[in-house]
Amino acid sequence: MSIEALHITKTFGRFTALRDVSLTVNDGELLALLGPSGSGKTTLLRIVAGLETPDPDPAGALLFEGRDVTREGVGERRVGFVFQHYALFRNMTVFENIAFGLRVRPRQVRPSANAIRSRVRELMALIQLENFADRYPSQLSGGQRQRVALARALAIEPKVLLLDEPFGALDAKVRQGLRRWLRRLHETVHVTSLLVTHDQEEALEVADRVVVMNQARIEQTGTPEEVFHHPATEFVMDFMGSVNLFHGRIESGKAVFGPLVLEHSASGAVEGQTARLFVRPYDLDIRHSSGGAPSLRARVLRIQAAGPQVRVELQAETGEAIVVEMPHAQFRESGILAGNEVFVGLRDARVFTEDYSI
Amino acid sequence: MNALRSDSTGDPAPLRWALTLLALAFLGLFVVLPLAAVFGQALAKGWEAYWAAISEPDALAAIRLTLLASGIAVLSNLVFGVAAAWAIAKFQFRGKNVLITLIDLPFAVSPVIAGLIYVLVFGARGWFGDWLDAHDIRIVFAVPGIVLATIFVTFPFVARELIPLMQSQGTDEEEAGISLGAGGWQVLFRITLPNVKWSLLYGIILCTARAMGEFGAVSVVSGHIRGQTNTMPLHVEVLYNEYNFAAAFAVASLLAILALVTMAAMSLLEWKMRRVYSELQAEASPEA
Amino acid sequence: MRGNWFQRYSILPGFWPSFGLSMLYLSLVVLIPLSAIFLKTAALTWPRFWSAVTSPAVVASYRLTFGASLGAALVNAVFGFLVAWVLARYRFPGKRLVDALVDLPFALPTAVAGIALTSLYSENGWVGRRLAPWGIRVAFTPLGVLVALIFIGLPFVVRSVQPVLEGADRELEEAAASLGASRWQVFSRVVFPMVRPALLTGFAMAFARALGEYGSVIFISGNMPMRTEITPLLIVAKLEQYDYAGAAALAVVMLAASFVLLLAINLLGSYSRKYMEAQ
Repeated sequence: MSIEALHITKTFGRFTALRDVSLTVNDGELLALLGPSGSGKTTLLRIVAGLETPDPDPAGALLFEGRDVTREGVGERRVGFVFQHYALFRNMTVFENIAFGLRVRPRQVRPSANAIRSRVRELMALIQLENFADRYPSQLSGGQRQRVALARALAIEPKVLLLDEPFGALDAKVRQGLRRWLRRLHETVHVTSLLVTHDQEEALEVADRVVVMNQARIEQTGTPEEVFHHPATEFVMDFMGSVNLFHGRIESGKAVFGPLVLEHSASGAVEGQTARLFVRPYDLDIRHSSGGAPSLRARVLRIQAAGPQVRVELQAETGEAIVVEMPHAQFRESGILAGNEVFVGLRDARVFTEDYSI
Repeated sequence: MNALRSDSTGDPAPLRWALTLLALAFLGLFVVLPLAAVFGQALAKGWEAYWAAISEPDALAAIRLTLLASGIAVLSNLVFGVAAAWAIAKFQFRGKNVLITLIDLPFAVSPVIAGLIYVLVFGARGWFGDWLDAHDIRIVFAVPGIVLATIFVTFPFVARELIPLMQSQGTDEEEAGISLGAGGWQVLFRITLPNVKWSLLYGIILCTARAMGEFGAVSVVSGHIRGQTNTMPLHVEVLYNEYNFAAAFAVASLLAILALVTMAAMSLLEWKMRRVYSELQAEASPEA
Repeated sequence: MRGNWFQRYSILPGFWPSFGLSMLYLSLVVLIPLSAIFLKTAALTWPRFWSAVTSPAVVASYRLTFGASLGAALVNAVFGFLVAWVLARYRFPGKRLVDALVDLPFALPTAVAGIALTSLYSENGWVGRRLAPWGIRVAFTPLGVLVALIFIGLPFVVRSVQPVLEGADRELEEAAASLGASRWQVFSRVVFPMVRPALLTGFAMAFARALGEYGSVIFISGNMPMRTEITPLLIVAKLEQYDYAGAAALAVVMLAASFVLLLAINLLGSYSRKYMEAQ
């Protein structure tokens, strides 16, 4: 089922959580809402669920498969909501938790006890907790509770699955395992899903498309590749991974950062305008001589060799701090030592200029 | 947090013994002796007199009236307590603290005043006195007045037990229930109330014990009509004032037994409730 | 459920029904009847009100009620603290039973307590007969009133102080001891300040309860005019004489005193909460 959010605005007192946000979710896709806290992602999710209502003025709308559901309550929307802290019913067993949504249906639509039982067993097999039917939530680990919360939401056969930072409270190893598990689950079940997270690694690994949000607005929408390799704004680039930042200016149509001069083809670049250069640590080279290519002189301050890649911290002649990452083999070949004077070259970078609006 | 430490506090043994004995002596004098006196005096004239006292018609009438008034009071305060706790704990609204303070008001009022107010409203010279008289309805000096006074003095018990716990538990589970399609009553009976069952039971037991034992308020509205408007505590007073001590203590001993049963139930439930609270606190801290 | 200036938006149903029912019930059972007292008293002119609440018998009852309640609360503060200390810190056989017994004055009907105490302290009662040779009479004297009020106030201090003592972090005491403090210094400088708010709260609650107490007291007091009449008794007496206005006037005085105490208790409660949070 597709979802369309049109011009949603939401304020809480004086705080604006969402400012004229519009978004389309395609049928069957898993979309991640990614951003720092306060960006509005959870508010948007709750509005889709019906747990919050958008401001009436300026009026926005929410459409499920073309149908306006803005006035429908959460119970009527048939959404499966997975809460951040699971919200499992502490006084019911795992079985009763999962069966709940089916058991509270009005008599006419309620499935028979047998039908409920087989559906619950089916779901428990799906979440790989077949033998836990009689356990209580307090007897489960965090990861197990989260899976039960998911099964409970899926039991009602929702048109949309909404997950609010589902793995936030778990530790790293469990989180990674559950991430992969969720992706596989999505490929099995194929329900349109919306996932809120502040962890960009999670969004990139799990989602079909990513929506990066910041301060009540959407910064960029796209596939994980698009968002990571072709960030549309500074915020997106900075948020998606570590980044080196250089300051410079537009001169004669080129972006100049000290000795580094780059072509800058963005429209509306004004002469003399300040520009910022964003480079990923692994897009920088360290060489012992400039070899003629444009490069920055720097001194090696520190080398961290413990980790998946080698991390070299340098200070540029212009005073900026630089971090370069490279594979271990490459580092061994280069023979770089702390204290060396070296040349740093660019392989790939993004230049952003400020938009001046008067 | 002190579970793993040894029990010695560094207080020297002689001091510990002295303080313990002093405390026990105080409790012995002020708690144990009166309790013993009730049973001692009740049986002073032997078992036969005891049975006769508690099975005599006026005593039975008093027992019936006590059960009736308490039953109604507990039931109505239960419904109120759940309603008030639902509104206060699951919603945000202005003046919530004022409402909570008002609910506690009956605790601050002397029992005699609790009876007085109903006499002022429903008594012969009260607000509705003439109207009631004209319709031949008796509230004061009759059973309805007793029920009202009992309701007043036990008013806050259930609400007070439910509100803090329901507030700590938050609204997550209820919201989850709604999101899964449950209606309001389903959420209340399947999710909210099971989560507070021990506190609810505790409140009911406190309410019942107090209702059955209430004296001052009921004394004022009752009219002391033997066999008709005497509850058990009032019947005790009547017997005592007639110098029929053994019978008075016999009926009193029934109330004392009720008190002991109440205390046992309270101990048991307090243990269960502590478990619920500590689980709540454990949930609040991060876990794997 | 739309939000508005009074109540925030919520997806949970049933706010207005539950709130409405609660307010209705509260008004009918508590607020409106209570207002009858003030309305009745308002009908009195000041001089009449004043003479009703300051007649000699009434003033004597104030002295007795207030004095005995204060005295009982003080005794309970001291001994209640002791009991709480022993229960929280020491071990001895039967401790669980003793702990449960502390609740008896709370659970026992007041009339039962009243006749039991009277029988104990009258001249040929189990305790009274031991005191008679010394010339000490308890029953039918103000001392008897004091004894009864000690009984009913006992649990308040104990149950107020006990949780604080049980939850206290022993490390603070151990630290003080390791720095050379004597046992008394550890107690007076570390433990007692921690417990003081709860002690004050318990004291205030015992005091408040004692002020309004009726059933436990009227048997042992003897109700002798000008000597052992408590104020609640005078209210009953006025009612029996159909002096509704007089009874209401006295009730106003008692309610005012309770109100002040309730305020003090709440303030103490938030003061002790803030203190605990700062720990």
